[in-house]
Amino acid sequence: MKDFELDSHSPKGSLEDRWTQHKFNSKIVSPANRKKYTVIVVGTGLAGAAASASLGEMGYNVKTFCFQDSPRRAHSIAAQGGINGAKNYQNDGDSVWRLFYDTIKGGDFRARESNVFRLAELSSNIIDQAVAQGVPFAREYSGYLANRSFGGAQVSRTFYARGQTGQQLLLGAYQAMSKQIAEGSITHYSRCEMQDLIMVKNHAKGIVSRDLITGKLETHMADCVVLCTGGYSNVYYLSTNAKGCNTSAIWRAHKQGALFANPCFTQIHPTCIPQHGALQSKLTLMSESLRNDGRVWAPKRKEDCDKNPDDIAEENRDYFLERMYPAFGNLVPRDIASRAVKLICDEGRGVGHEIEGQKLGVYLDFAQAIKKLGLEAITEKYGNLFEMYQRITSEDPYSTPMRIYPAVHYTMGGLWVDYNLMTSIDGLFAGGEANFSDHGANRLGASALMQGLADGYFILPTTVSDYLAQQKPFDPERKFPEAEQALKTSKARIDRLLNAPDPQKTPDDFHRQLGQILWHACGMAREKKALELAITEIQQLNEQFWQQVKITGTDTELNQTLERAGRVADFFELAELMCIDALAREESCGCHAREEHITEDGEAQRHDDDFSYVSAWQYSGNASLPTLHKEELHFEFVRPNTRNYR
Amino acid sequence: MIFTLHIWRQQDSKSDGYFELHEIDVEEGTSFLEMLDALNEQLIVAGKEAIAFDFDCREGVCGSCNLVINGTPHGKHRATTTCQQYMRDYADEKELWIEPWRATAFPIIKDLIVDRTAFEKIIQAGGYIDIRTGSAPEANTMPIAKQVADEAFDSATCIGCGACVAVCPNASATLFVAAKVSHLSSLPQGQMDNQRAKKMLIAMEGQGFGSCSNYRECERVCPKEISVSNITTMNKLLYQSS
Repeated sequence: MKDFELDSHSPKGSLEDRWTQHKFNSKIVSPANRKKYTVIVVGTGLAGAAASASLGEMGYNVKTFCFQDSPRRAHSIAAQGGINGAKNYQNDGDSVWRLFYDTIKGGDFRARESNVFRLAELSSNIIDQAVAQGVPFAREYSGYLANRSFGGAQVSRTFYARGQTGQQLLLGAYQAMSKQIAEGSITHYSRCEMQDLIMVKNHAKGIVSRDLITGKLETHMADCVVLCTGGYSNVYYLSTNAKGCNTSAIWRAHKQGALFANPCFTQIHPTCIPQHGALQSKLTLMSESLRNDGRVWAPKRKEDCDKNPDDIAEENRDYFLERMYPAFGNLVPRDIASRAVKLICDEGRGVGHEIEGQKLGVYLDFAQAIKKLGLEAITEKYGNLFEMYQRITSEDPYSTPMRIYPAVHYTMGGLWVDYNLMTSIDGLFAGGEANFSDHGANRLGASALMQGLADGYFILPTTVSDYLAQQKPFDPERKFPEAEQALKTSKARIDRLLNAPDPQKTPDDFHRQLGQILWHACGMAREKKALELAITEIQQLNEQFWQQVKITGTDTELNQTLERAGRVADFFELAELMCIDALAREESCGCHAREEHITEDGEAQRHDDDFSYVSAWQYSGNASLPTLHKEELHFEFVRPNTRNYR
Repeated sequence: MIFTLHIWRQQDSKSDGYFELHEIDVEEGTSFLEMLDALNEQLIVAGKEAIAFDFDCREGVCGSCNLVINGTPHGKHRATTTCQQYMRDYADEKELWIEPWRATAFPIIKDLIVDRTAFEKIIQAGGYIDIRTGSAPEANTMPIAKQVADEAFDSATCIGCGACVAVCPNASATLFVAAKVSHLSSLPQGQMDNQRAKKMLIAMEGQGFGSCSNYRECERVCPKEISVSNITTMNKLLYQSS
């Protein structure tokens, strides 16, 4: 293992000029030579599809991979609320600087200034690009684009397409990608999952893939590899992520040497439909936009919790977000809202189904909004969300308040990347949710789509080109012994999964148990003893997994049980690292609430003197003994203060 | 709730398929796919192969899931994908027949999983607006009437699941094509390419889909309630461009 000089390669000088200057300093490949370079892009959601379409347009030879049956099904498609853009169309004082400041403050000052500023700067171009592609954003009667305020912002800068913004943006990127596939600049592989990264003399030079229909393992070589494989919320088993979302691509890259940054930073979204049963396979998010008009409350008295909400008098309702945070009210950022909901339910004032002896839910009520704005206005804004809620719960949110409870939704942690989005492995890039770069310890609403597309459309095309310009194209005829070795290792791993000595339990069975451990120890509240215990439990369960996992079928056919087992195996190791990271960070910040470090009024207590850094973990050969590297964060333009939404 | 299930099993595209009989006891709040998850876990523990079926987001937007339940694509609850069907919706039924999409252009890969690559080829033939990254003008330079934008959105909500094909006696993908054509061609940005409908329809036929003869079944099963008026819009564009 080599030592890392953790250099973020952030440009110097005035913040506004950094990206412009950096682009000028970047090398470019002459158009005639681009065809000679091959770039592998794994994952084709917003970041991956945007990057591959853009690189294809530039003339590179791009190979793309996704495990779904089409790039159009990537989980970006499920994003509901919107995308931020610092256009200041509302003349309400927005600017690149304000979006930058809101984002870095929202992340509780645990992100890099240079990266976040660049993100804010590019936000405007993304809106332009999407509109030109035909993304049908909401419009005013004037014909101009509409905006709404979203997730803790005091300006209206969020662009949206009803409750399906992610779908429309992804289809835009997917269509751009489809054009490149038709033109031959992209070769795309669907139902094909990355198994390992191929390293040639410390450079990322290819991947091992498994065709999910035939089970065939193959090697693909390239001049560099880009991972846009999304987040790892599914480590908790129950999350709002699509069932297929997994950590395997980034985790296997981590085991090849890529540092993993801030693994414990996981966002718990406050407005999800509460869990209702043991068989449940996933949780469903209700868009944050609902908090613009819905009011969150719980009964003041425990004895009211079983009552029909209509029978609870106004004076016996506790609109706790409005009470606790009068300045932001129901619009406080996600981490703050989630913790408040947990607090109420822990006090025994939750409503709805009992899970493990506790009612986990509070009301999100639209009665007043319907009275004030009219049924039609509310239907126009939230109709599809109300419908979704009704379908799942068989309750009508127009007449009965919704019940909500926080659920894991997004992971701010991911592969450590520098300003170029290159990981600590030379030639390996990471974009979108797969990297850790811009959201610090808490992501603001409508920022994930923005980051995925900024990385994909604008940043990676520049930085990947700069990297390639400094390499000679590899010889496609050449045989690499490293590729053969990686293929063998992948095969051996699959054989080991299929041949557990004492097969008894399904991969999902193990996954559910793992999720329980992690949710209790490394969820909304974290504490030293619980984390230490969880680490031991995870290690024991992991051992049991390799002894007892039961997979039927073979590896030479479509085998979803085998696919799942491979992903769960990686989740085990990641879960342990998350607990180790949460244990090492002896402070609270953003989503990371250590019970030992909470202020008297229940807010996160940061310790900037000791923890103003990015934790970047190196795999040591033993998942239980990773090495910590620290990238100190320097704030030249903003002063880290206490986030106050009261 | 106890159900008798007849589930289509097929080893691969070349093998013959058959219905396999199962019985399961589930709670009414269980979703349809969670019911199949539970069955699969029982099968695995018993040493049998799990039933293969497609799914991902489980909130009705990714378009992966695709089961024909008692003869209807996406089951009985209207305007709803398979993953958003709940067992309580089937309280008055004892027996469920679960099958894959059936269409020549969607060959069966295994059990309930079909290959929808043909849809990709149709999009690749012209289902996009040709705009290079970086060359877009300022977004508000081109106002678009709210009604036009709203209608484009209605067409754009297609999730590419293929239920329209599965239900069509001709196995036609006309609604899928028309939704994309109406979305893109009704917006000023998309009007530059006046051959879009033609290119996509040629691709559709080339992929082995039938053509439309106005059964209007597609509209009935579309989980996103895409209207057949999209087909009228597309035909008008075809006429204008020829």
